Amino acid sequence: MTTPTPRVRMPATAKANEVVEVKTLISHEMESGNRKDKDGKAIPRKIIKQFVAKFDGKEILKADWHPAISANPYQSFFVRVPASGTFTFEWTDDDGSVYKAEQKVTVG
Amino acid sequence: MLRDIGTVGQRIQAIGRRQFVVSASAAALFLPAMLRAGPALAQDAVPTAPPSAVPAPSPATPETFDELYARLTKGAKPTEGKLTFEIPEIAENGNTVPFAVTADSPMTAENYVRSIHLMSTANPQASVALFYFTPQSGKAVVASRMRLAKTQDIVALAEISNGEFWVARTKVTVTIGGCGG
Repeated sequence: MTTPTPRVRMPATAKANEVVEVKTLISHEMESGNRKDKDGKAIPRKIIKQFVAKFDGKEILKADWHPAISANPYQSFFVRVPASGTFTFEWTDDDGSVYKAEQKVTVG
Repeated sequence: MLRDIGTVGQRIQAIGRRQFVVSASAAALFLPAMLRAGPALAQDAVPTAPPSAVPAPSPATPETFDELYARLTKGAKPTEGKLTFEIPEIAENGNTVPFAVTADSPMTAENYVRSIHLMSTANPQASVALFYFTPQSGKAVVASRMRLAKTQDIVALAEISNGEFWVARTKVTVTIGGCGG
């Protein structure tokens, strides 16, 4: 498996307290644990189990994902931008790996 | 011995549902035997685990939708109409069914949506995803893509900061299921 690549799309500038849309995507097979290989052996579960969005370290949105979330999970949501700062996004894998992305937003 | 029981639990978790039925009945036969043997052997072992720590409710048993829904609402009757779905009525491919859930909330510090729990009624696992919001979310809207094993109802349950529950339910017809062999 290749290393999951997170991608985030959101505006780099906003008005104070503007609510902006964030679109996120990460490449990951999200193996559900329900499938079997060609010998009939169960393929072990390996999914991204949690997604967290933070603004300057403070949690804004968290999601617990279960095996019914599709491969290459996409998620869009909204955030309020109170001031200039940095949004960070973290995806936590079943194996404990954490994949990160960040985006600076300037309030002008 | 006690440690062995732990690994049995983990193994059950790792295998499929159909196999689980068989393994579970096998485990049911063996577990009592192992438990009975446990204390006798544990006498030599120094740190004895309390017996209550052993057969915790097995995480291998998938909670059904009805059980999950009852546990979340705790008997409260959720309000309809404040939570809406955007999801295709007919999904050709059950592997990726796009959805969006919107809660009609001002998302202020006094009145906001705490969480939206997305559930399936006929997937192997009832819970699809659980989204937690804060007032800084701005809008209680989330969109993603889900797997659907077959034609079924999808249910979203929102918990509001004042303790209310909102619910939305919709049927999705699936042409090709998305849970693999």
